[in-house]
Amino acid sequence: MIKIILALLSTGGALSILFASIGILRMPDFYLRLSVTVKASTLGVGLLLICAAIMFPDVSVTTKAIAIIFFLIITAPIAAHMIGRAAYFTGTPLWKGTVVDELAGMYNKETHELENHPDEGTDERGNIAETSKETK
Amino acid sequence: MITLETYFDYVILPILAISVMLVFIRLFKGPSVVDRVIALDLIITIGIGIITVYSIRSNQKVLLDVAIILALIAFLGTVAFAYYIEKQKDD
Repeated sequence: MIKIILALLSTGGALSILFASIGILRMPDFYLRLSVTVKASTLGVGLLLICAAIMFPDVSVTTKAIAIIFFLIITAPIAAHMIGRAAYFTGTPLWKGTVVDELAGMYNKETHELENHPDEGTDERGNIAETSKETK
Repeated sequence: MITLETYFDYVILPILAISVMLVFIRLFKGPSVVDRVIALDLIITIGIGIITVYSIRSNQKVLLDVAIILALIAFLGTVAFAYYIEKQKDD
């Protein structure tokens, strides 16, 4: 019985990692690649580590596995956000089929901060909301 | 009826190896630096998975310590790359 659970968990983890790698190879854009990679690889490695925690009947291994899963779940979104922000500042091009870019013109290119003009901000957001409704 | 050991040997580890090869193609091809950075991050993350499966397969629980260190290195590497890429455009 426990062997079947282990086989199912490890199969799910391996397939999720395989989908992440196919996604990073086939997606047309940096941002889509980032979005595919982080979530799928975190899920896959988490499932494999749960498999290890079930396999060894020992408290120390279970603690280590839970610690690695916790660390991955906390740090993967932070790293993805920082590298996505750096890519947006260095001007990585978006895919040509992109519908809406909500950050266009909102960043100050020199100080790397969001510009604090509340009127313009709400105005632009309103415009963008309307256009996204129209395109849908 | 196949056992769990042969299943790990002939199914799980080959799937992970093929994933690493696919990510290596993106690492060599990648049009910009940030593509290569996330490809490196994904390679290290898949490496954690391979180490886990190998430690299950060979019954050595000591190998999980290496996985902890690799997780730390992946996070610090990605954050450092992002920090310096952003600084580089400033000057």
